Amino acid sequence: MHETIVAQSMLEAIITEAEKINAKPICAKITCGTLNAVNDDSLCFAFEAIAKGTICGGMKLQIEHKPMQGRCRNCSEVFDVDILNLRCRKCGGDDFELLPDEPLTLQTIEFETE
Amino acid sequence: MYKKIDVGRKILSANEEYALKNSRFFAEHKQLCLNMISSPGSGKTTILTKTITELKGKIKIGVIEGDIQTDLDTQRIRATNAPAIQIETQGACHLSAAQVGTALEKLPIEKLDLIFIENVGNLVCPAAFELGETGKVAVLSVAEGDDKPAKYPAIFAKAKAMLINKIDLLKVPGLVDFDIEKAKADARKLNRDIKIFPVSAKTGEGFADWCRWLVESVSNLRQ
Ligand SMILES: Nc1nc2c(ncn2[C@@H]2O[C@H](COP(=O)(O)OP(=O)(O)OP(=O)(O)O)[C@@H](O)[C@H]2O)c(=O)[nH]1
Ligand SMILES: [Mg+2]
Ligand SMILES: [Zn+2]
Ligand SMILES: [Zn+2]
Repeated sequence: MHETIVAQSMLEAIITEAEKINAKPICAKITCGTLNAVNDDSLCFAFEAIAKGTICGGMKLQIEHKPMQGRCRNCSEVFDVDILNLRCRKCGGDDFELLPDEPLTLQTIEFETE
Repeated sequence: MYKKIDVGRKILSANEEYALKNSRFFAEHKQLCLNMISSPGSGKTTILTKTITELKGKIKIGVIEGDIQTDLDTQRIRATNAPAIQIETQGACHLSAAQVGTALEKLPIEKLDLIFIENVGNLVCPAAFELGETGKVAVLSVAEGDDKPAKYPAIFAKAKAMLINKIDLLKVPGLVDFDIEKAKADARKLNRDIKIFPVSAKTGEGFADWCRWLVESVSNLRQ
């Protein structure tokens, strides 16, 4: 629901990097967790709209979601949490600690250079 | 020619910086601050006014009210004589840490034992924005259905406590189906230590346990 805020701070970050090397960005890769309330389509749409007319106009966004992770309190295994089957993949126990969700992160930017 | 660079920068880092500032402020003042999160209409404001009234003379409560528009909820809190600061988010779906920081400057902190933040009615977005609070409290009313902890895991995974509100409605046969044990079990699967309080803000049922937990939490922090 707040994709515009996310898009705005992404745009600012990308423009800062673009100005540093004086090149046109064409693609950016973002990673995030599963609990951050951001919808991929809405984010791409919001970004496209505000990027228009800036150096980021026409850029592509790649969004990769990292699964939630848990740490088993029985055997210490760290595993991807499946919300429909909340069990440790190693020992089958159901007592685990949910690890913090991956924050929204701007990972890489690809630029076109002469 | 193409060039690829690694950035590795958090996108919402500005909010995190403000959240850190708020949490340092709460730590310095040994101030308990609970961020209340729920769907619209689950009963946050009614729970707050009831809690303030029940705890009168025991602990002093201040409230930061987040609302998309209008200060109706702030007026309801002020009617109990508790200090309340209004934040109008003007359409935004969650409160930000910067807004809470500004509101904190207007509250009479030295006179308070507990600050509640009533977040914007929304079960999804507020869970993703840290405000620097000492804990989150999720509110779920029985009219919303017992599948919410499973469907909206973010808030239930992060909350220190969960209130199941409007349990008075369960006494009317055939009105709502809500399996309290299922909601509890689903929330505990994600969050073993979550405290769960079934309450009715209308009749006051369950408030004794909830208020006792609040008083204990304040005194644990002040020790
Ligand atoms: N039956 C019943 N009704 C309740 C209870 N608690 C609140 N309500 C009613 O639910 C409605 C919404 O309550 P509010 O306290 O305004 O809910 P809220 O979560 O603050 O709403 P927003 O701030 O708009 O998100 C009101 O009509 C309340 O009277 C309860 O325990 N039982
Ligand atoms: Mg309210
Ligand atoms: Zn949102
Ligand atoms: Zn295990």
